[in-house]
Amino acid sequence: MSNYRIHGATGEWEVVIGLEVHAQVTTNAKLFSGASTAFGAEPNTQVSLVDAAMPGMLPVPNRECIRQAVRTGMAIEAQINKWSRFDRKNYFYADLPQGYQISQLYHPIVGEGQLLIEADEKAGIPEDKVIGIERIHVEQDAGKLMHDQHPTMSYVDLNRTGVALMEIVSRPDMTSPAEAGAYIRKLRAILRYVGSCDGNMEEGSMRADVNVSVRKVGDTELGTRTETKNVNSVRFVMQAIEHEVQRQIDVIEDGKKIVQETRLFDPGTGTTRSMRSKEDAHDYRYFPDPDLLPLILDEAFLDECRASLPELPDAKRTRYENDLGLTPYNARELTAEVETFGRFETLLGVAAKTLGKPEAEVATQVANWSLSVAPGVAKSLGDEANMANATAQRQAAILAMQDKGEISGGQAKEIYEIVLKEGREPDEIAETEGLKQVSDTGAIESAVDDILANNQDKVEQYRGGKDKLFGFFVGQTMKAMQGKANPAVVNQILKDKLG
Amino acid sequence: MSVTREEVAKIASLARISMDDDALDHMVPELNNILAWVEQLGEVDTTSVEPMAAVIPLEQRLRDDVVDADPKTGGGRRDDILANAPVAEHGFFGVPKVIE
Repeated sequence: MSNYRIHGATGEWEVVIGLEVHAQVTTNAKLFSGASTAFGAEPNTQVSLVDAAMPGMLPVPNRECIRQAVRTGMAIEAQINKWSRFDRKNYFYADLPQGYQISQLYHPIVGEGQLLIEADEKAGIPEDKVIGIERIHVEQDAGKLMHDQHPTMSYVDLNRTGVALMEIVSRPDMTSPAEAGAYIRKLRAILRYVGSCDGNMEEGSMRADVNVSVRKVGDTELGTRTETKNVNSVRFVMQAIEHEVQRQIDVIEDGKKIVQETRLFDPGTGTTRSMRSKEDAHDYRYFPDPDLLPLILDEAFLDECRASLPELPDAKRTRYENDLGLTPYNARELTAEVETFGRFETLLGVAAKTLGKPEAEVATQVANWSLSVAPGVAKSLGDEANMANATAQRQAAILAMQDKGEISGGQAKEIYEIVLKEGREPDEIAETEGLKQVSDTGAIESAVDDILANNQDKVEQYRGGKDKLFGFFVGQTMKAMQGKANPAVVNQILKDKLG
Repeated sequence: MSVTREEVAKIASLARISMDDDALDHMVPELNNILAWVEQLGEVDTTSVEPMAAVIPLEQRLRDDVVDADPKTGGGRRDDILANAPVAEHGFFGVPKVIE
């Protein structure tokens, strides 16, 4: 249970949040036509006669859109409806040539499912929590309006018209902005694992309608909710909730009532405002689309959808912890993004081979390298780093040298820096640039002998019980070896000689 | 089932159809006649009949996810799309300014 509470003038308030996420389905063509879905094309060049709603055109559903919606449903452990149907949602707007959106109100393709958000103490989520998902349905996107190009006209670009969206409707199960943020991040990860949506919020591939209501702590009745439309980043979703919660509490504590309405989020100010809308705006007069027959899915289709699902975030995280022995933190970080685990698993495979050890034995080393060491080096180089140079083979070679004690952690970083900048091979760099640590006991022993001879007094004190001086001897030895001695070997020799 | 004058006026407004009083006087009884006529279907006992979308068994066909496979249902025809637009500028439709 979240402990997110707002202190109002009249007492403690809690928050109830539900999210409707619109996710653009990753396909080549639109939901009901063969026009392209590619982002950024010249206006109205990706519009078919179907999308422009020319008379006599008939919609024919794109199999891939259906398949991706079903796979997404399976990934959230949802009921898949083998019989679903398209309905018309009727309204007039300049971005909607048909005068209706083809959607699925009564019989959506995906029914009840769920999604797990993980405990994150720092974010204010004390324990794992399951968020219910009510449904996923498939529908058409609308066109794009531009208001700032002409003094008296709005310009309409229909390229986006008819692109397939999944509307993913959560239960009102979230009780803090942090939980809403975690829900969207997790949903985005699942969509990207499955490959049903690219999750690119900047390009509008994912946007959320945020339903918020407040009630006094202990109340069981839900308060009146408002819906803030089209919020397009995780941060904005959290901001919109925070603002809307405070506004609603202020209104109620002022003795007024919350109006159930649609609101707009202003990213500039982080506030929401009421959309001026006619009272009959929500009278959509849904009815079954007579141009489309019910959609019936057979077992073979469902089997293929199921068989094509990848390992999903929760399963992968569990496997990383149990089989690879990673810490919960590392497992969570590595599985959060498709790119991150992709790079990790590639490097893990190559590193295990190079080191000649099982993956489980090198996993922690590879995880630390992938999550902290390598990104740290790349970040410090900025534009100088050419990431194309960072092949798995080269990174594995560095890890192998470090594993054998040939190079220190610091030298590994220096070598990787040169790899990123110049694309040279790590073995050659270590050789040419003298970036190798000395494990040769002869050289270290003679350095240690000199230091002990020159510091007789300290040797006496150490033998007399002043253990702390050990660090002094290590420091002196490393200095004498110009930092290139293998610390493990230095420690061993010092221990032997100091007795 | 029947509709009132107010309901007809509202449906007309939602459909962006302008109807004056004369037109409404005409339309209300006409619609109610049609509704009464269709309502006769309710006299048939359908308790043992599954709801159907078509009277012959038909399955919804699906298309492959291929761009512009058929020029008739593909993109890349902006001139055609804009040909009937009252105003078209810079490849856009121009419409009276709509601000939310």
